[in-house]
This record gives sequence, C-alpha cells and structure tokens, in this order.
Amino acid sequence: MTHEPVAAEAATPLLSRRDALLAGGATITLATAPAAALGQPMPAPTGADAQAAAAPVLMEVSMEVNGTARHLRLDTRTTLLDALREHLQLTGSKKGCDHGQCGACTVIADGHRINSCLSLALMHEGSRITTIEGLGTPDRLHPMQAAFIRHDGYQCGYCTPGQICSAVAVLDEIRAGVPSHVSADLEAAPAPTNMEMRERMSGNICRCGAYSNIAEAMAELAEHGA
Amino acid sequence: MKPFTYERADSPAAAAAAVARTPGAKFIAGGTNILDLMKLQIETPTHLVDVNRLALDRIEDIPGGGVRIGALVRNTALAADRRIRKHYGVLSRAIVAGASGQLRNKATTAGNLLQRTRCPYFYDTAQPCNKRAPGSGCAAIGGISRQLAVIGASDHCIATYPGDMAVAMRVLDATVETVSPDGGTRAIPIADFHLLPGDTPQKENALRPGELITAVTLPAPLGGRHFYQKVRDRASYAFALVSVAAVIHPDGSGRVALGGVAPKPWRVDAADAAMKHGSRAVAEPLLAGARPAGDNAFKLPLAERTLALVMSEAKAA
Ligand SMILES: Cc1cc2nc3c(=O)[nH]c(=O)nc-3n(C[C@H](O)[C@H](O)[C@H](O)COP(=O)(O)OP(=O)(O)OC[C@H]3O[C@@H](n4cnc5c(N)ncnc54)[C@H](O)[C@@H]3O)c2cc1C
Ligand code: SF4
Ligand code: FES
Ligand code: FES
Repeated sequence: MTHEPVAAEAATPLLSRRDALLAGGATITLATAPAAALGQPMPAPTGADAQAAAAPVLMEVSMEVNGTARHLRLDTRTTLLDALREHLQLTGSKKGCDHGQCGACTVIADGHRINSCLSLALMHEGSRITTIEGLGTPDRLHPMQAAFIRHDGYQCGYCTPGQICSAVAVLDEIRAGVPSHVSADLEAAPAPTNMEMRERMSGNICRCGAYSNIAEAMAELAEHGA
Repeated sequence: MKPFTYERADSPAAAAAAVARTPGAKFIAGGTNILDLMKLQIETPTHLVDVNRLALDRIEDIPGGGVRIGALVRNTALAADRRIRKHYGVLSRAIVAGASGQLRNKATTAGNLLQRTRCPYFYDTAQPCNKRAPGSGCAAIGGISRQLAVIGASDHCIATYPGDMAVAMRVLDATVETVSPDGGTRAIPIADFHLLPGDTPQKENALRPGELITAVTLPAPLGGRHFYQKVRDRASYAFALVSVAAVIHPDGSGRVALGGVAPKPWRVDAADAAMKHGSRAVAEPLLAGARPAGDNAFKLPLAERTLALVMSEAKAA
C-alpha cells in the first residue's frame, strides 16, 4: 500500500511523454545526409571501394508505429530500439543491456514480442510496431497496465514497459497454444498458471525484484479477461 | 558496430550470389546472434544480405514421412507446430529450453544452427582466441574453463557449441539443405554439419562461402518417448552446462545426444547401442576420450547423472 503513490508517479511520465510527442506529430529525418545515400540503397562495396565502406551508410525505411505511418532515413546500423528512442522520441522502450539479455527493450512487432535492441530498424520495412506508448494512455490504460498498477508490479519502473509489452504477448502466446519449458504435456493447451508466467517472463529481468507481483497481475488478467 | 551496406534478397539463389559476390558479406536472419557480435566487433561484415523476405518460412510434410522445416521458420513457430509437438517432442522441448520467448520469436532455424560459441574469451576482444583471430592463441586453455568442452576439443580451441535445438536435431538425424551461389543444392547430414576445431577452430561448419541454408528436414517419426533435459545455472534463460536429448522406446532401446560438453552436438553409435544396459553403460562410450580442462571436470559425472535421470523417467512412464 505504501508504494501506491510511487507507482502512480512512475507510470505517469512514461505515458504522458507520448502525448506530448503525438501533439508534435513530427516525422523525423536526419538534418544532413550525404547525397550519395539518398533514395535507393547504395551498391555493395567491391575491391578498393570496400575501404570507402567504412563511412556510415544511410537508407530509408517505413513502418507503422503505434498506428501511425513513419518514414525514416537511418544509418544502416540503427537498431529498432534506437530508431524508436532516438529518432521517434518514443522513450518508453528502455535500453538495459543492448544485447538481448534483459528484455527492457521488448516491443511487439507484427503481433510478436521481440527484443528491439537485437533487430535492425531496416529489417522492419512494412512492420507494425507497438510500444508501451501504443498499448494505452494514462486515461485509457491497457488492462495489463492497470493490472500492474493494482498489483504493484514494479518499483523503479525501468523494466516495466518491457515487462508489460512482454506480458501482453505472453497471454496471447498461451492462448495460441505455444508450449513452454514448464508445460508438462506438449500436446495439451497450456494453462495460465503462476509457473507458466514465471517461465515465459524469464527474458524480462527486474533488478527491483517485482517478479511475484508481475506474475499475479498477469494471472488476474488471464483469469478475468482483458 | 562497423558501418555496413544492406540489401534485402528476394530469392534464395540471389541471396547466395549476393554474399558470394561481395567480400565481407554475411546473411542476416533473426539477427539475434550476429547483431550481438557486431556490436562487440567480433563480427565485422561490410555488407548484410537480409534473408527475411525469402519464402522459407513453412513447415511441410514430406511425401512418405518426415517434415521439411524452412530455414526462416522462427523457433517459436517450430516448437509450437502440432506435428513437431506430437512426433518430434525432443525438438519442441529443446527449443523452449533455450533463450527467452522474445528471442525465440525472432530466432530462425538456420540462424539457430549457426549460432556461435559462448566461450567467454571469444567474447573478450582483449584476449587471444584462435576462433576469433586465427593464430592468436587460446586464452581459455589455462583460463577459467567451467563452461568449456570436455570432449572433442583440440589444443587450439576448447569451446563448446552452445545451442539446444541442434542437439535434438542430431538425435533425430536431421539433414541440412542448402543452395550455393551457382544455384546448385546440397543435403548435409547434421552429423557432418558442425565441425570439430582441430587446428582451424574458425571453421565451424560445412558451409562454403555464400552457401545459404534453405531448410532442415527430419526423417519419418521415430516413435518412443522424447526427452530434453537441460542442466544450467538458473532454472531458465541460461545456456546449458550439460544437456541430454534422448528418444527411448518401451524396450529401453533408443538414441541419445549431449549438448554443452563438446564443440558440436555429441552422439556416439556405441552409446546408442548400449541404451538397454543403463546409464553407466551408455556414458562410458559416449564420453570415451574425454579430456576435461580443469574447472569443467564436473561435467562428466553431471552428464552421466543427467542421463540416469532421463533413463529412469523413461522407465517410470
Ligand atoms: C541472451 C541470449 C540467450 C540465449 N540463450 C540461448 C540458449 O539458452 N540456447 C540456445 O540454443 N540459444 C540461445 N541463444 C542464441 C539464440 O538461439 C540465437 O541467437 C538464435 O538462434 C540465432 O538465430 P537468428 O536467426 O537470430 O540468427 P542470426 O543472428 O540472424 O544469424 C546467425 C548466423 O547465421 C547466419 N545465417 C542466418 N541465416 C542463414 C541461412 N539461411 N543460411 C546461411 N547462413 C545463415 C548469419 O550470417 C549469422 O552468421 C541466446 C541468445 C541470447 C542473445
Ligand atoms: S576456447 Fe576457442 S573460442 Fe575460446 S578462447 Fe580458445 S580458441 Fe577462442
Ligand atoms: S536492452 Fe534489449 S534485451 Fe536488454
Ligand atoms: S521495477 Fe525496477 S527494474 Fe523492474
């Protein structure tokens, strides 16, 4: 109970920043781009040209992010996470480890949760991306966001956007019959048990140790529906 | 990450040709291993050929029995496929014992087979490593070797093959299908796909430059009970210290492969032949010639005990 005010505060800035951004409605492109890199992909380097390839290469990509069409011109090295955070100012998705080890960067791409730090933005041409900002807003929370607040599913909140995106997708995966390491019978429909939630959420690390409350928030939603 | 150029391939042969034509080019599929290594500048491709748009994402029945798994079938889709769960349970079990839900949604069949070692010195670019920098030496020999190989290693490299999926595929006698830059195709038995280090630990598999994996096929179902028992430092989201993939029939006969102990999924004919005679009889030929490096000697009794656990579960059923 003592955590309630903290929880409310933690949830607010992360969501309201999105509102500010959407009000701006900006399509972001880099201010400067070498002329050679505009438009079509550059041809692959060959022989002596390979040396010149050490310079950054820019390419264009279009995707739908939280229901809005976005067009970006990016360094080919840009991860989906950096495209969201640095180019679209959707800073809800967090960078914890940048190596697929913590889950703070989890977003939903074409219906599947992925680590946005281990994917190139260019690999998502035509994708539909949902981040925490797209799941719900402070006045219209996604049921999973509301369940996290009810169950105190966080302390510092850093891992929370990734936890919530992951949790939403986990319930879909269970409904779709995807087995997990703790499913006793591979052929039976998996049940939304506490053990299943824990195993399926093992790719989301929480330094504050909010795990048991997260599993309870998920179980409540799995039982009573979204 | 070093800068690179990028293209999306639209046919398998074109993808293979694009990699063969461009010095320093590599394929990218799920990206979960290669991007990790590119960030650390352990992999430094100058050009990436994105294969994600190739129509290699289906699991098809093979007339006469067996299935063909497209190279781009995601690990989650493969583990969840009704046919795989019913007839090739060891494969579903191995996949869901690896990585995390997010990673399995992205990881592909081909990319998973080709994932590189987790030797800590391979990752530490300040240390010599014959696999990362051929001829520089091996910091793991004489270093901290807890995770490293106890069998099949060489004086040049003692790294393990870290993956889970391939261990199940080894027990199922899978075949890796490829297309070459000239359009020719090959079928490589999984037993010959991953290579032992010898004096060229940088050469990890049978693929030739530009050769693209198009599919993995599984022969007709074996029946029997399927097991994948993975022992690791955490209950989830950690690489294997030791894993046992096994298919065991009611009369006790069957097959077994080990993960986490060798530079490739480890299977020995004489061990399969001893399946009816208990875990000690199986472990002896399976681990014959083992040369633990020091910190990893525990893997030998651990492998035998994990085998004993699996064999007693098979009996109890
Ligand atoms: C934190 C973490 C934990 C993990 N834990 C586990 C674990 O417990 N068990 C486990 O087994 N794995 C684990 N993994 C590894 C994971 O399974 C691999 O990263 C994944 O399977 C790689 O598949 P990908 O499609 O993303 O490959 P990519 O990264 O896209 O490619 C890997 C390699 O394969 C090549 N390649 C890709 N497709 C083809 C093709 N069709 N033909 C020829 N070459 C190709 C690429 O050029 C590259 O060299 C873990 C990874 C991370 C980051
Ligand atoms: S064991 Fe192999 S991968 Fe590890 S440092 Fe030695 S050469 Fe490199
Ligand atoms: S930031 Fe992507 S998994 Fe940690
Ligand atoms: S709430 Fe602090 S890391 Fe999870």
